[in-house]
Amino acid sequence: MTTALPTASPPAPEVAKRPSTNPYSLTPEQFTSLGEELDAIRQRVLADRGERDADYIRGVIRAQRGLEVAGRGLLWAGVFPPAWLAGTAALSVSKILDNMEIGHNVMHGQYEWMNDPKLSGKQFEWDTACPADQWRHSHNYMHHTHTNVVGKDRDIGYGILRMSEEQEWNPYYLANPLWAALLASFFQYGVALHDLEVERIASGETSLAEKRELLRAIWEKVRRQTLKDYVVFPALSGPLFVFPLAGNVTANLVRNLWSFTIIFCGHFPEGTHEFSEEETENESRGEWYHRQLLGSANLSGGPLFHIMSGNLSFQIEHHLFPDLPANRYAEISVEVQEVCERYGLPYNVGPLGKQFGSVVRKICRLALPETEQRSRLGRSTGVLLDGLGGLGGATRKLGGLVKKVGAVKKVGRLALRS
Amino acid sequence: MPKLALRPSLRFLDTLAGPHGIDGYLEEIDPLLVTGECRAEVVAVERGTEESVTLSLRPNRVWQGFRAGQFVNVAVEIDGVRHQRCYSPACGEGGSEMEITVKRHPEGLVSNFLAERAAPGMVLGLSQAEGDFLLPQPRPESVLLIGGGSGITPLMAILRTLFAEGYERPLALLHYAPDPARAIYREELERLAAEHPNFKLIRSYTRAPGEGEVDGHFSPLHLPQSDPSFAAAETFACGPPALLDTVRGTWSNGLEHRLHVESFVPPSFVPVGNPGEGAVRFAGSGVEVPNSGASLLEQAEEAGVPAEYGCRMGICHTCTCRKVAGTHKNLITGEVSSAPDEEIQLCVSAALGDLTVEL
Repeated sequence: MTTALPTASPPAPEVAKRPSTNPYSLTPEQFTSLGEELDAIRQRVLADRGERDADYIRGVIRAQRGLEVAGRGLLWAGVFPPAWLAGTAALSVSKILDNMEIGHNVMHGQYEWMNDPKLSGKQFEWDTACPADQWRHSHNYMHHTHTNVVGKDRDIGYGILRMSEEQEWNPYYLANPLWAALLASFFQYGVALHDLEVERIASGETSLAEKRELLRAIWEKVRRQTLKDYVVFPALSGPLFVFPLAGNVTANLVRNLWSFTIIFCGHFPEGTHEFSEEETENESRGEWYHRQLLGSANLSGGPLFHIMSGNLSFQIEHHLFPDLPANRYAEISVEVQEVCERYGLPYNVGPLGKQFGSVVRKICRLALPETEQRSRLGRSTGVLLDGLGGLGGATRKLGGLVKKVGAVKKVGRLALRS
Repeated sequence: MPKLALRPSLRFLDTLAGPHGIDGYLEEIDPLLVTGECRAEVVAVERGTEESVTLSLRPNRVWQGFRAGQFVNVAVEIDGVRHQRCYSPACGEGGSEMEITVKRHPEGLVSNFLAERAAPGMVLGLSQAEGDFLLPQPRPESVLLIGGGSGITPLMAILRTLFAEGYERPLALLHYAPDPARAIYREELERLAAEHPNFKLIRSYTRAPGEGEVDGHFSPLHLPQSDPSFAAAETFACGPPALLDTVRGTWSNGLEHRLHVESFVPPSFVPVGNPGEGAVRFAGSGVEVPNSGASLLEQAEEAGVPAEYGCRMGICHTCTCRKVAGTHKNLITGEVSSAPDEEIQLCVSAALGDLTVEL
């Protein structure tokens, strides 16, 4: 056990990093102070957690349980169209709340400080096909630690889609929009299979045999969920089983489409950045925060929209502080925006329509290989280069014109590949 | 916590109610309805002395009862955080209600909260009863009880149980308190002593000499006051560590088997050590290592204790683990906590002195 563990010894000696190609890069001093300022925000909220947050999450749980009971009850009588519609709507909302504002956030350990076993991040189980334990690994650890690092963050495309220019094109990706529509419709199963790393099994990096334990757990969870939603509850309606069955299928579909939409708006709209593995080696706390800031995007909307999105509409705040209670993100966002302004960093926020539209465009654009795109993009590349170069120069204190030109060239090369 | 065996009908409902289970819905109706967790409702509150409060609790169906001398973990939520403390029920065995007496400690979070805020209708978490500070069956020929401070509570349970059973053999209580006003259960003890000729009550008020039958802290010289020869009696002692140390010293030389001891250490008095001091104990693996001051995750790995981990920077909560006892410092926030039974992140926590985790 011990031999395979990463070293518990002092951190590796500082390696000279290649100059960042990121136009929003900061000086080492700025990285340090950015880290300190964000740590201070985190610290303030940590110290202030209390009854307000406990009441909030319990209120959401109470609403979800009520909606679920109401939804199941109405669908039992789903032969009447108004009951079917109301029941399906209530159950859809219940599943969305359960997965997003409750499940996702509780499993992040946002309420662990309460010491309530039912709100313990390690014990919580949610109403979806993915076993909670696997989610905690693929999401809390892999995605949140390695956010937007191509090759490490498997949320970039879920091993199914091409969501980054850095993913090499092959003809399979011609159907990128189709794969995306399928993933969105069956999102709960896509998430369930996430930790299985299907693409690594296909490439021979790992084998199905090694994943037997994971598969068994997935099967167990899928079986229980299917039994409940598609067998037992419909059976309770006897010959009218088709109404609750259709309602449950619809509620699961609504939840799938909604969570896919919100989640894909978190990291893929225009303006979010990706990082290479080399770039993020020996990252400092400030650099880690910087990457979370640049790699995430927010959605604007009202309080109900934020709750229904599990507060993932505050994706930036969530990625900076994944274990702070989500009901705090709205108030923190004011301070985070102010910090971004002072450091000249972008704060990517927009309404759902705009952000999702840009995700859809990216999904379609990346269906095609770069060679075909290059000629079409050729004319606009010059404009793009100027823009990026100008921004980079404004935020960085690079000594000397030569270095600046070099950096701009690198940005250019990256841009050209797209 | 042992889960009550569900009837088949309940088990069917539990499947339908998955993944939260039937309790996830029942508790929204009434927190006492849950089938898998022991809870109790406060039904009466009596502030017996300035420093103590006595609560009558009515546990839910999950409660399996207790034996005199045992203790329970009581959980109370204060400002959103659940805190657990051990209390010994002071009532006799049997009965649907249970009585606990909480003594206020100047810095005790839970004791002060209960003393000030406990009211009928409040719901508390409860564990099943634990502990082997028990009266043997059949009952002994003679019994000697020695109690100090709130250590009187399990002894009250023993006394009340014995009297309820009609115990008529020699019985004595050596009771230590600062002064009569702060002697918990003083009036009831006086009444019991007047009613039962076989019960001898010997009090010492350590800050009010002359008020009791004897004076000062426990000393073997107080023993001849009790009727049954102390060597022959089955002896139960409960109280602060200093009292118990003297008692253990007195019951050495072959008398140990007659002595039963229960100690009370309020958690606010957990000694706080320095980063490199004390020992780290991994309770689940039975491994103990000298505390190096490094993060608990690093210490577990060095000791060969398998530990789950992820980010190693305090964000993913993969390494979260329950601290049983001890003081830890969060290496990122600098926060120090001595609370027992607390979830901590091993990768960003270091031990200050002795510490035990469930790993």
